[in-house]
Amino acid sequence: MDIAESLGQLALFADLTPSQLEAIAHTHEEDVFAAGERVLRRGLSGGNFYVILEGEASVEVGGEDRHQLTRGDFFGEISALTGEPPAADVVASTTLRCLVIPAAQLERLLLERPQLMLRMLRMEARRLQGTLNWRP
Amino acid sequence: MAAVERPFPPGEYDVVVVGSGPGGLQTSYCLRHLGIEHAVISRDERPAGMFQRFPIFERLITWTKPDAPVERTSREYEWYDHNSLLAEEPELKALVPGLMDRAYDLPSRGEMEAGIAAFAERGAIRVRYGCTWEATRREDDGIALVTSDGEYRCRAVVFAIGVTKPWRAAVPGLEHAAHYVETGTPERYADRDVFIVGKRNSGFEVAQGILPWARSIVLGSPRPVQMDALALSALRIRYLHPYDEYARGGPGTYVLDVAIERIEREAERFRVLTRGTTWDGTLEFHVDDVIAATGFETPLLDLPTLGLVTVNDGRIPALTPFWESVSVPGVYFAGNASQGAKGIGKRGAGASSTAVNGFRYNARVLAEHLAAKLRGWERPREAIDDPVSFLLRELSSAPELWVQKGYLCRVLADERGTYVDDGILPLAHFLDALDHDAVAASVEVDESGTILPTLYLRRGGEITERQLAPHPLHAYEGEQYRREVAGLLSY
Repeated sequence: MDIAESLGQLALFADLTPSQLEAIAHTHEEDVFAAGERVLRRGLSGGNFYVILEGEASVEVGGEDRHQLTRGDFFGEISALTGEPPAADVVASTTLRCLVIPAAQLERLLLERPQLMLRMLRMEARRLQGTLNWRP
Repeated sequence: MAAVERPFPPGEYDVVVVGSGPGGLQTSYCLRHLGIEHAVISRDERPAGMFQRFPIFERLITWTKPDAPVERTSREYEWYDHNSLLAEEPELKALVPGLMDRAYDLPSRGEMEAGIAAFAERGAIRVRYGCTWEATRREDDGIALVTSDGEYRCRAVVFAIGVTKPWRAAVPGLEHAAHYVETGTPERYADRDVFIVGKRNSGFEVAQGILPWARSIVLGSPRPVQMDALALSALRIRYLHPYDEYARGGPGTYVLDVAIERIEREAERFRVLTRGTTWDGTLEFHVDDVIAATGFETPLLDLPTLGLVTVNDGRIPALTPFWESVSVPGVYFAGNASQGAKGIGKRGAGASSTAVNGFRYNARVLAEHLAAKLRGWERPREAIDDPVSFLLRELSSAPELWVQKGYLCRVLADERGTYVDDGILPLAHFLDALDHDAVAASVEVDESGTILPTLYLRRGGEITERQLAPHPLHAYEGEQYRREVAGLLSY
């Protein structure tokens, strides 16, 4: 399956047309990480936005697993949008294939494709809701 | 005449290198320098196979400046010469500039081929030519390679086989089109309408080459031309004339963001149906020729059946920071295919591993990694008395850091206040896997293209990043920089 087809199956990209998906797939690179490799690094500048196409990753703070991410999930958006370094590490739990969108291009993409921005906002809102409902 | 004995008969070796292009030769040279027993096999009959044919329009896009403010045999000169392979011996260094006719500061295909062949010959790099790798097996303690000459067993195999197999995008009807490798001479396109599928290096190279001949040229692919990326691309040195004509409204040349939906034969011509990706609508073209400038893939043979994971539509092996397959241990890549290790990718920046200038350094780091892993090699422990000056000199002039920006770094180990040279390493390895206190110097680029010298301090597992201020001459050895680095090291 090519990248455009993979993207088309993910909720985040569900409103885009095939040619819009193809443009995204051709404009941005994919990257594959071995299990155990770090993808996002806490405290370091210049992090990208990642969308998981295949595999799983864990969000780690101080070496402790906080959350598992899987196909269709995205990460790195907070630091990409705020310009602040990430507050957590993201580490591949399995062989992990991601679409990689650099921060500067994420902003452009979201402005060009408001349907994508809305989807992302909704998913972000759900995450926030989950965090607010969280009880230790 | 006595028959020339072919080296490296089938058998057991620590390492087998497959390929006799610049990646294979550089890897072999570096392994030999470290005393690592290895074989080199190649299906070709002589070195530099790819440069015997490509690029089609005969000019590279990476510079070599025959005269420079530094000696040709110096390490700094490598930054002026992106095409020669690396060596310790002065007589093997910087071989390409001496072969250039200086018509351009970019070598011709023939000059590049001659430079690589000279390195192999003068460096006495032994290769078993005419030996074709045919199949691969994983074994308990390594890899077995089936070749036309018999079986090789090794603990690690380094494939330096290039990204040389013509690749076509999955566009219905594209199989009717000629691939870039079949472009032929520019005269062939005299007074013809040409559609080129692809807007990367080979697409622009073909468009530039046939510009004086073709009646009209359309370059089409889904990916928009990104001017900010092009500003930092080696492409603009040679091939952006077609884009320039289009951008300025010139007739007859079009550079379009389109998904190609279908290509149909119509008698002697082609019908190309496209749909805009950055604009709404469709366009239909009727042309004499369609050229698939959709690039190349690594000729991986049966490696995917062993579980080798790839990127870019299966074209490139996905690699760890030390260029090992992410999924098949013991299988490494050198040369152009080492682009499968993307590095930490800060701000989306990749490695410069698709050309000799970058992958020659990857090969040297890989050889050291294999030597350490297979034979317990240790870097000579060289104490650095003045780490501040050392790091600033590296940031100002180390060719490894300037070519492989944000990807390779210079590392000093901090042994209770004594700094020891750890050499050049992948930045990802420094950040994620190093297990001792150390400092790393890396040359990076921000979103606006500003070059930023950057240091990373690793103390007790915590990493501090420090970007130094840019300098118009990229000279970072002044007092202000010294104070800043001294402050960081005493942190």
